[in-house]
Amino acid sequence: MPTPTKGPRLGGGPAHERLILANLAQALFEHDRITTTEAKAKRLRPLAERLVTFAKRGDLHARRRVMTVIRDKGVVHRLFTEIAPDMADRQGGYTRITKIAPRKGDNAPMAVIELVREPVNAKPKRAVVAEAEGATKRAAKEDAAAAEAAPADAPELEPLAEGKYGADSAAPVDGGLSPDPEKFTVKGNEDSMKYHVPGSRWYDSTVAEVWFTTPEAAQAAGFEPAGGEKAQEVAEDGDDEA
Amino acid sequence: MAVPKRKMSRANTRSRRAQWKATPTALATCPNCGAAKQGHMACPNCGTYKDRHYSAAERTEHQS
Repeated sequence: MPTPTKGPRLGGGPAHERLILANLAQALFEHDRITTTEAKAKRLRPLAERLVTFAKRGDLHARRRVMTVIRDKGVVHRLFTEIAPDMADRQGGYTRITKIAPRKGDNAPMAVIELVREPVNAKPKRAVVAEAEGATKRAAKEDAAAAEAAPADAPELEPLAEGKYGADSAAPVDGGLSPDPEKFTVKGNEDSMKYHVPGSRWYDSTVAEVWFTTPEAAQAAGFEPAGGEKAQEVAEDGDDEA
Repeated sequence: MAVPKRKMSRANTRSRRAQWKATPTALATCPNCGAAKQGHMACPNCGTYKDRHYSAAERTEHQS
């Protein structure tokens, strides 16, 4: 059961609040996603989720209970036949509120409230985490392999000290400088396991623990793009921003 | 009705008002586009929040 509302109502009184919330709920079930003020979105959430619960029950009594709030039969039909099946596997949390920048005129904090209609099992975050963990493990293995290999060919090492992440990497010289500025251009930060391409946002401020020839080589070594994939595409216009 | 006994000096008024200070807004970096944005809020530049896009969040011509 939703927590009882404390403090003053929205609008001019209790009846006005009921009307506002009913209209907002109707708009939400009609359009799936509406933009409103943060306060209204927060008040709407318990009401909307309760109506979805009724819709999931799906019988005539539930439909009549919903009809007392939403007067539009078309919208109620959509709620019962289209929205409720999508929510079947979801145990609550049918709506999502995302804050957006304040409104221009009165600087009111705004929010987008939307129905969460994607399947419950879709968890893109999990996949990313698993991938990152896998990459870390691979990097650790490569580390170990490189450490084993290093003593063997240490005597005939070329002047460039080969980095511990394979042929496409190199250890820095003179406290962070690239051993070959033409060839090794991508900086790797071992503390954060992220890499930076030239011209990207944190490139100049990063002290490289390892240098790579290409972003792909850095990724293969288990480094992630700093600030996300897009921020670390080899960008020529990055210099303008910096 | 209780009223002030003395006119408040300009110095006192200004000393009091000197304490009215604005605080800077804490800004974070948008992981998608790199622009500055407020925390827990969709990015006003590219409109994304947690890899979801909200076109209503994007700043328009009318807003500065």
